[in-house]
Amino acid sequence: MDKIDDKPLTRWQRFKDNDIVWSFLSSPGAMIAAVVASVMILACIFAPVIAPFDPFDPAQISLWDGKLPPSWVEGGQSKYLLGTDNQGRDMFSTILYGGRLSILVGLAAVCLGMVLGVTLGVIAGYVGGVTDAVIMRLADVQLTIPGILLAILINGVGRAALPYELRDEFAIYVVILAIGLTDWPQFARVARGATLVETNKEYVQAARIIGLPSLLIMSRHIMPNTLRPILVIATIGLALAIISEATLSFLGQGIPPTTPSLGTLIRVGNDYLFSGLWWITLFPAVALIVLVFSVNLLGDWLRDALNPKLR
Amino acid sequence: MHLKQLLTASIIALTVASPALAENVLRWTSQGDALTLDPHSQNESPTIAMNGQIYETLVTRDADLILRPELAESWEAGPDGWTFKLRQGVKFHDGADFTAEDVIFSFGRAMHEASDYKEQIKSITSIEAIDDYTVKMVTDGVNPILPNQLTSLFIMDKGWADANNVSVPMNYAANEETFAVRNANGTGPFTLVSRAPDELTVLARNANWWGEGMFPGNIDRIEYRPIANAATRVAALLSGEVDFVLDPPLQDLKRIEATEGLSVKTVAQIRSIFFGMDQGIDKLRTSNVDGNPFKDVRVREAMNLAIDRDAIKRVVMEGLAFPTSMITSPGVLGNTPENDAPVKTDPERAKALLAEAGYPDGFTVRLDCPNDRYNNDEKICQAAVSMYARIGVTVNLDAIPKSQHFPKIQKRETDFYMLGWGVPTLDSHYVFSYLLDSEGSWNAAGYNNARVNEITDAIAVETDGDKRASMIDEAWTQVKADMPYVPIHHQVLAWGLASTVDIPIAADDAFRPRFAVMK
Repeated sequence: MDKIDDKPLTRWQRFKDNDIVWSFLSSPGAMIAAVVASVMILACIFAPVIAPFDPFDPAQISLWDGKLPPSWVEGGQSKYLLGTDNQGRDMFSTILYGGRLSILVGLAAVCLGMVLGVTLGVIAGYVGGVTDAVIMRLADVQLTIPGILLAILINGVGRAALPYELRDEFAIYVVILAIGLTDWPQFARVARGATLVETNKEYVQAARIIGLPSLLIMSRHIMPNTLRPILVIATIGLALAIISEATLSFLGQGIPPTTPSLGTLIRVGNDYLFSGLWWITLFPAVALIVLVFSVNLLGDWLRDALNPKLR
Repeated sequence: MHLKQLLTASIIALTVASPALAENVLRWTSQGDALTLDPHSQNESPTIAMNGQIYETLVTRDADLILRPELAESWEAGPDGWTFKLRQGVKFHDGADFTAEDVIFSFGRAMHEASDYKEQIKSITSIEAIDDYTVKMVTDGVNPILPNQLTSLFIMDKGWADANNVSVPMNYAANEETFAVRNANGTGPFTLVSRAPDELTVLARNANWWGEGMFPGNIDRIEYRPIANAATRVAALLSGEVDFVLDPPLQDLKRIEATEGLSVKTVAQIRSIFFGMDQGIDKLRTSNVDGNPFKDVRVREAMNLAIDRDAIKRVVMEGLAFPTSMITSPGVLGNTPENDAPVKTDPERAKALLAEAGYPDGFTVRLDCPNDRYNNDEKICQAAVSMYARIGVTVNLDAIPKSQHFPKIQKRETDFYMLGWGVPTLDSHYVFSYLLDSEGSWNAAGYNNARVNEITDAIAVETDGDKRASMIDEAWTQVKADMPYVPIHHQVLAWGLASTVDIPIAADDAFRPRFAVMK
């Protein structure tokens, strides 16, 4: 028999021994992705502190500074690190503010999709029968329609329903709604699958026998046990939602063009692709790719780490 | 053996037949489609450019902007009006003969309430046919510039219009849909083959055209496909998908010029870009202040002083613009170097004027702007937003397609808007009657000055050239003092062409396919 170390484990050691943390610390890809993603997300959240200019304040913009190249290129100015766009807005600041909006929209949309999907999925799995059939067939039908198409549809209807004056003001909420509503079937499917597994376990049977109301069983006992797989889809869903927002805005269907988001920035820059002003479109695009890629890597790693069969 | 002969025969047959098959197809694009094919509904250049291939006018201008006969062969002024001798043997696309009756019908149609051409022919009190090919137009006094005013007044067939229930123009502001909106029957060099608005319009050469053989053009088929996105439009030209781009984005001209097989043509255009401020209503619709700041000339001056026209010229327009303080360009009778000289940007003085007028903290207002009409229209408006922010005026920009923007101006539902104005008559009367006369249908600025109204009427009948010119100058000087508009610049026109196509470019931005030659 091995000699057991009788010194109690420190908190850090215990934390390190947690299997998820262990998996994280032994996966350099996930660590890099986590660092990159958190630096970007933090930079975006603290944009008002970090950014040298406020792109929302038109009084700070000078047209004479428009179309300046990045500071290291000939003709660039040191105060505009990544150059300026066609209106004289500092690219670095606009990307930070734009990224902030994109992340915000992505997070909100994923939350909406998750709440909706998990609720419907758990109900479908637990109640079963006709309810299950209706909810899941609805999800199946929605999955046959490409997500972005559905988002454009919801977005278009949402905008048309709003009075003209409020359209720009509420554009962000409409986009969140559009992306969130296209997201829910993924969550519902996974939540339902997990619920079916849990429902037949003894603790649920026990809860039923002692006469707990169904609502309580679902919310207190089943839902917490479905969260692991949900977390995985939510992470990957965040990356997809950011891409969806960018796509909608690029198509002119999302955030109004005067408000910088990564999608609207790429859209504006697209007009200057042929004229050699590469920085207007390249930097927001790179920021979008790096952000989405690192979030996606994190999601992939989480999926592997949480899946006992892959270990 | 048999097979080989057959093959040879068919190859020969193909070679012989192919010259007849080879068509000269001109594929072109611009950012926004014609608003309607109804020739009297919208007085707007892209609409006229499309309709002008199908319909014709009595009098036209060539690429040097000199008046030329089209459906009228000659015209002369008399003591009480003008007499036009019509071209004989002209047929409409459906085969009907063109006669004086069609001219009288078309002018009557263009005078209808829903027409956008009524200002141009306001001076005509009656039209009569002397015979089938002579028309007399009686005017209220002698109108010295009547032929100039007819260069975009298209002639329709009375029989066709009556049969299709389109005897009056469509009401564009009310979004009316009539037969004439998607169908056309003119006398012009091209006939309409198919029309899908905002997608594809196909025209084919009219073999029975009266001018066949008289013009250098050799185009058999025209395919027009609007492309709203600027980069996509240039990509289409670079890749050879289109032969002609009417409005390439200014920032891409160097790239087009540097590409082998493509060329750029530029000319100073007769079109001025400006903002209008509604000073005619008592309370602004989109402002946070009570009342209407634009009623105060000091506020209007401040709005003028805030704009840095040189910055717009250099950064937004890539140098292709002439900053101005007039709303009409050089080349139009009435534009003078004194009135045309742009005001110097002075945000400090603008702020002082606003404070003096009772708005030390500025005010908010919405700027309505088209995003598919003028060179870099939306970008000019964006630039203006930050320039106005510097004097404390918060401008909320609403950039929308022209098909939604123009009705706002015509229905007078806008406080502050961008508009561009070209002058086909090359005479200031056209600008006064639409934009400055208190009853002008595009005067959404609500400008109303008794003397300017008087001069607008007077120059319509004054035949003494010197006296007329001095009245026009007096009116422009008055307008400069009142500043009902914020003039930005006169546009420079730039076309992108494949070198296999030659189309004459002209200051009026008209597309003249009858002169278009494909090599």
